[in-house]
Amino acid sequence: MIGDYTIGEFTSILAMQGFAGLILFSVFVLMALGLAIIFGQMGVINMAHGEFMILGAYVTYFCSQFFSAYLPGLFSIYFFIAMALAFCASFGLGILVEWGMIRFLYKRPLDTLLATWGLSLILQQFYRSVFGAREVGVTLPEWMLGAVNLTDIIEIPINGLFVMGLTIIITVAVYLIMFRSGWGKQVRAVMQNRVMAGAVGINTKMVDRITFGLGCGIAGIAGSAFTMIGSTGPTAGQLYIVDTFLVVVFGGAASLLGTIASAFTISQAQSTMEFFMSGSMAKVLTLLTVVGILMLRPQGLFTLNIRR
Amino acid sequence: MNAAILANQVPDPLQKEFILTVERLTVSFDGFKAVNDLSLYVDEHEIRVIIGPNGAGKTTVLDLICGRTKATEGTIKFRDKELTTMREHEIVHAGVGRKFQNPSIYEELTVFENLELSFPRGRSVFGALAFRRDAEVRDKIEEIASLVFLKDSLQTEAAILSHGQKQWLEIGMLLIQSPELLMLDEPVAGMSVAERLKTAELLNNIIHNQSVIVIEHDMKFVEDIAHRVTVMHQGKILSEGSMDHVKHDPKVVEVYLGH
Amino acid sequence: MTKRFGPFAGREWIALLILGLLLFVVFPTTLDVFRLNLVGKYLTYAFVAMGLVLCWGYGGILSLGQGVFFGLGGYCMAMFLKLEASTPEATKIQSTPGIPDFMDWNQVTALPWWWEPFHSLPLTLILVIAVPVFFAFVIGLAMFKRRVGGVYFAIITQAIAAILTILIIGQQGYTGGVNGITDLRTLLGWDIRTDDAKFVLYFVNGGLLIACLLIGQGIRISKFGRLMIAIRDKEDRVRFSGYDVANFKIFIFCMAAAFSAIGGAMFALQVGFMSPSFVGIVPSIEMVIFCAVGGRLSLFGAIYGALLVNAAKTTFSESFPELWLFAMGGLFIAVVMAFPNGLAGVLHKHIEPRIYRLFGGLRGSGTTGAVSSPHAAE
Repeated sequence: MIGDYTIGEFTSILAMQGFAGLILFSVFVLMALGLAIIFGQMGVINMAHGEFMILGAYVTYFCSQFFSAYLPGLFSIYFFIAMALAFCASFGLGILVEWGMIRFLYKRPLDTLLATWGLSLILQQFYRSVFGAREVGVTLPEWMLGAVNLTDIIEIPINGLFVMGLTIIITVAVYLIMFRSGWGKQVRAVMQNRVMAGAVGINTKMVDRITFGLGCGIAGIAGSAFTMIGSTGPTAGQLYIVDTFLVVVFGGAASLLGTIASAFTISQAQSTMEFFMSGSMAKVLTLLTVVGILMLRPQGLFTLNIRR
Repeated sequence: MNAAILANQVPDPLQKEFILTVERLTVSFDGFKAVNDLSLYVDEHEIRVIIGPNGAGKTTVLDLICGRTKATEGTIKFRDKELTTMREHEIVHAGVGRKFQNPSIYEELTVFENLELSFPRGRSVFGALAFRRDAEVRDKIEEIASLVFLKDSLQTEAAILSHGQKQWLEIGMLLIQSPELLMLDEPVAGMSVAERLKTAELLNNIIHNQSVIVIEHDMKFVEDIAHRVTVMHQGKILSEGSMDHVKHDPKVVEVYLGH
Repeated sequence: MTKRFGPFAGREWIALLILGLLLFVVFPTTLDVFRLNLVGKYLTYAFVAMGLVLCWGYGGILSLGQGVFFGLGGYCMAMFLKLEASTPEATKIQSTPGIPDFMDWNQVTALPWWWEPFHSLPLTLILVIAVPVFFAFVIGLAMFKRRVGGVYFAIITQAIAAILTILIIGQQGYTGGVNGITDLRTLLGWDIRTDDAKFVLYFVNGGLLIACLLIGQGIRISKFGRLMIAIRDKEDRVRFSGYDVANFKIFIFCMAAAFSAIGGAMFALQVGFMSPSFVGIVPSIEMVIFCAVGGRLSLFGAIYGALLVNAAKTTFSESFPELWLFAMGGLFIAVVMAFPNGLAGVLHKHIEPRIYRLFGGLRGSGTTGAVSSPHAAE
């Protein structure tokens, strides 16, 4: 017996908390992947990353409205179309922002941080003016509702499973693009030695732009996935931005594996502790631990010892 | 000739005290040994030049001595102080000065201010707050400035100095601290022939007070200043001795000329 | 180099004179007490902005957590005022008289031990500075000794601001939660809500502001100030010239924290409450923009930046609330991309040369020379 629970019940609760943590983990990973590309590869701090995510969420919401009104027959698969559109929207906005702002600031990371914060304020107010301050939620297609019963206590919602599956697919895709494709090699070449990469014929400006766009596009997909587990509002993105930055920094900025591992650690720690104490205290403890560890090991968990 | 002078000063070579004793020094970056089991002995008042192909580990050796990189193994003794466990500023206080490969000066400050910040007083937080520009400071700065040929540029912003002048300024910033061991990473890179000659003269002038380790590629300059030359290759010492000796060492010829 | 007379160069004496006239003559004589109190509130942010000039402009350390120190200073002051307002007589309707009302509402029955020191004003005044500085010292020690800087430092300070906000809101029995500590009344029996008190507090605030300005200027013109520029430019060169760079960064960060804390305490006194909405991520980054708008290298600029942005915020959010965020966002982008040295930069680069040209004949060549000096921008 633990507290008022039997051991069986207790493990089930732990498992359910663990699963709740896994969904949080998925959102963290999807958001952090985009950030890890932009921050880890380009050294750019994008404070408006959350707003790119919310753009994806709004696109998904409007798709769901559109399909249920005009194409109810295709409603069961609208989500995949919405996701593609969300990617395109965020990708496009990302390209625009890189062209109009980021490219002038590559040598001034702190200034990028401030400028993108300004961008995030503008986007938030834009969403509020255009879409309203009210939070909106999507209608899920029939097949995503319901839950799988593993035991009579443990229930796993299907939309959660779907988000997790999606996370795995996108992570693998990002890995392949960044580390197994010729284009990924170009990106890494530019980041390691811009002048040399330019000298061997890589269009470094184009690489910058596409990389930034890609990071933003992934945020759009994250937003799309986010609609399935939470509602969307103009300021929802800001709630996650600091957590996500901590995830990326904690994992060691340039390491994909590190990002995933740290997203896992942080989300699991938080959701497990939430069971034992209030949500806010769980968050305080998690963040404090992360900040504490970062003070002891500022380079993050997974980094190489590099010759200077 | 230089060897003879040194021999006269220290009669018994076995009892000789080196100013710098580096032994079995190794540093590895993720398995790659940039410096591998290296031993190096520098005499008092010696100008030692380290040469070697790119990537031989020359700069890393200086990084290790001045504490910028931590050694994986081995010892670095400066007189009787073990440098491997000391922090960078403590190593400077012990009397080791280091010039970087690219002239590293404060571009937004004037030559005077650059030298003033290197003046060895008021190095603590409150010392810096209480620091006053008194006659001693001014005199020392003028003395050093004329030594490094910058007497007329004291109020010039460092950013607009020529490349050679920047190199001199950085050397001056070291000299004002009167270090006993001076380490210069490519001090004449980017200098004109005239400037190179002046730099060689400068180094030969200051040698009465300190020992110098120089990394340099310019062989003419090396011949002008070196008492002894150490040739490094792939993190190890390939050859050591007078310029004449290493020039004719078949191993050195092999590394530089052929494969 | 610009010629200096005492702590200021000639043109800075003029700036000081103008500032003094504005703060102590123009505002008090032209504004009613309500507006003057508003100006006083804006000026409390000027303390933070001046701290940021030192640590961000000069030291290159961008802290996105200055709200933490502003908040800690403010809370320390507010806790004292709250205890004074919570006498057993004034709170006799509570189930536990003599403790702050919000504690009673949250079923707290005894004053927590860490509230006890705030019964004493001298102790409070010490703690107003000591608590934030201690925090800054610990953060600085941990980060700068390990050479954490730049964006990492910015993000971690931002996370700390987030943590403190969540903590304050979560522990509402001890902190007043999201409403903060409200209903502050008297300081040693002196009612701080009256017009007279507000008038006096405005002058106290202004005096402290000038004092901080002088301290900041003292640091700026000392060798310490030149070292900060050197560290920002070539940190390794400074380190290998025999300085323990981390100590300098810790000091300047603590200094910025102390300035912020004074601002926070004066805020609590003048506005009459303190709440977590001045601690978190958003207020902290807004404080950076006050500094950036004024000019990150100018102590005077920081004061004007804080005044102007806050005045604009009040006007805008009264009349066009939707436009304010657009304006604020635009301000962030503009100040970074077009005016990196803020108002001080604009003044120096575009306006001053014209003024000097106008009076060129009168002033002679000496002053014009000073303007063309690259250092005058600071």
